[in-house]
Amino acid sequence: MTEDATIGKRLKAKFPDAVIGGKSFRGELTININKDYIQRAAKFLCEDSESDFDYLSDLCGVDLSRLERSNNFEVVYHLYSIKLNHRVRLKVKIPASDPSIDTVTNVWKTADWHEREAYDMFGIIFKGHPNLQRILTPEGFEGHPLRKDYPLKGRQPETLKGIYRKGQE
Amino acid sequence: MTAATTEQVMTINMGPQHPSTHGVLRLLLELDGETVVKVTPDIGYLHRGIEKLAEHKTYHQFIPLTDRLDYLAPMSNNMGYALAVEKLLDIEVPKRAQYIRVIMCELTRISSHLLWLATHALDIGAMTVFFYTFRERETINDLFEMVAGARMNLSYIRIGGVAKDLPDGFIEKTREFINTFLARLKDYETLLTKNKIWLMRTKGVGVVSAEDAINYGLSGPCIRGSGVRWDVRKSEPYSSYDEMDFLVPVGENGDVYDRYLVRLEEMRQSNEIVRQAMDNLPEGEYIADIPDVALPKKENLKQSMESLIHHFKVVTGGICPPAGEVYACVEAPKGELGYYIVSDGSKNPYRIKIRPPSFVNLEVLEKMVVGSLLADVVAVIGSLDIVLGEIDR
Repeated sequence: MTEDATIGKRLKAKFPDAVIGGKSFRGELTININKDYIQRAAKFLCEDSESDFDYLSDLCGVDLSRLERSNNFEVVYHLYSIKLNHRVRLKVKIPASDPSIDTVTNVWKTADWHEREAYDMFGIIFKGHPNLQRILTPEGFEGHPLRKDYPLKGRQPETLKGIYRKGQE
Repeated sequence: MTAATTEQVMTINMGPQHPSTHGVLRLLLELDGETVVKVTPDIGYLHRGIEKLAEHKTYHQFIPLTDRLDYLAPMSNNMGYALAVEKLLDIEVPKRAQYIRVIMCELTRISSHLLWLATHALDIGAMTVFFYTFRERETINDLFEMVAGARMNLSYIRIGGVAKDLPDGFIEKTREFINTFLARLKDYETLLTKNKIWLMRTKGVGVVSAEDAINYGLSGPCIRGSGVRWDVRKSEPYSSYDEMDFLVPVGENGDVYDRYLVRLEEMRQSNEIVRQAMDNLPEGEYIADIPDVALPKKENLKQSMESLIHHFKVVTGGICPPAGEVYACVEAPKGELGYYIVSDGSKNPYRIKIRPPSFVNLEVLEKMVVGSLLADVVAVIGSLDIVLGEIDR
């Protein structure tokens, strides 16, 4: 675990304002990153030879509104280094009123679809994304289904029927 | 067939009901003659909102939904989820259960790769392979039926262990299978590996370099076909995989042919892992004895009042793991399958994010096929081995 601690330290040394906090749970290191720094932090962690996180395992959104009653969203990045075989989780809090964050597609191309999915499911805007469109829900879908205020049964039938009817005419 | 004979670009719709798109994948292809200029995958036709459903189910109730992600490899899906919840709960799984899980996951890998081989060859026009591989798949399905009572959606791996112990006769039947399987594998290779048509259709097609493969997040046989020796079973061993002796095959050129070779060799290695796991299968419990978390043994339910109470409590009340978050991943037949679970301490998971390997692997399709022929698209889709169930969730 000593190795894990150095990742956060190195990141902090490079960008003192970027790291807001961090913790270790079940042997997994989580670093909280300031929203404005995510692109730079990602680039640094990817290119730095001692962290070398060349592989983005996963990127997803989390709606924190029922967890912390804070009206925030969170974007979670799971990084992995194929060479050094270690993992880290980056978490960035963004306000639900203005859910936007810089894209990391310029660092890892795989982020493309992950970010589209997070946009689709949570409405998080990834600034600088080459093609930020819905990916899993159909065209004309309204709302963002994984937000906690979205009902389990969905809301779509009426609006979508209209769209399909229009297509048939 | 020379490329760019005309200036006209034609848009062609492929799927979602096209047999070679392996489910409900729809591709918008822009073609210049037969050359692909642009491809836009359109996914989501099978979106069932599994991640949303998860937030309204208890931890045990979610297991059957995981079967329906990559429905060709239900055991691996169960496994990844069980590992994540066990990590969250911080519990230890009995050694015997770990070995049984390994046997099941490797049989699943063989079964999944067999279906891949069947459909991949069928897409390219080699129909015979299909009939042979389905014979072996049938045997594996029979084995699964013995342990789980079902053939497709097994839900056999549970939190803390497996649903029940291996039934009588399972070991013998499995041994029979793995003893004949290597020869069968050789048969497939005779049909394809040096087949001239096969070589022409797969060599140098859909090439992706090791660097790109990493950057695009490929995993499983797809990344190993490009020469990256990375397998979650080796790098982050789970469930006693560190006690198994096996090799991780890699390719060189990152083309369709190399991915084919990698998967064939993987089946051979899986076969060996099953053999080792059965040879060294330890005695002991098949599910952890932690009454407030793991389900009690089914056979005790009719004799022991306490077991019945535990069962009732776990099923109706659910389990409440500590608040926190974990990410656990396994090497599924398609690649790195990860589960990210956020718990708020209640009986329902606060958020479950599934990292499906096929979803990420499909992303690279455009990179692989632009500039090649329409017929190559079919070969490339086959070599990526996608399952729409886990792409769309």
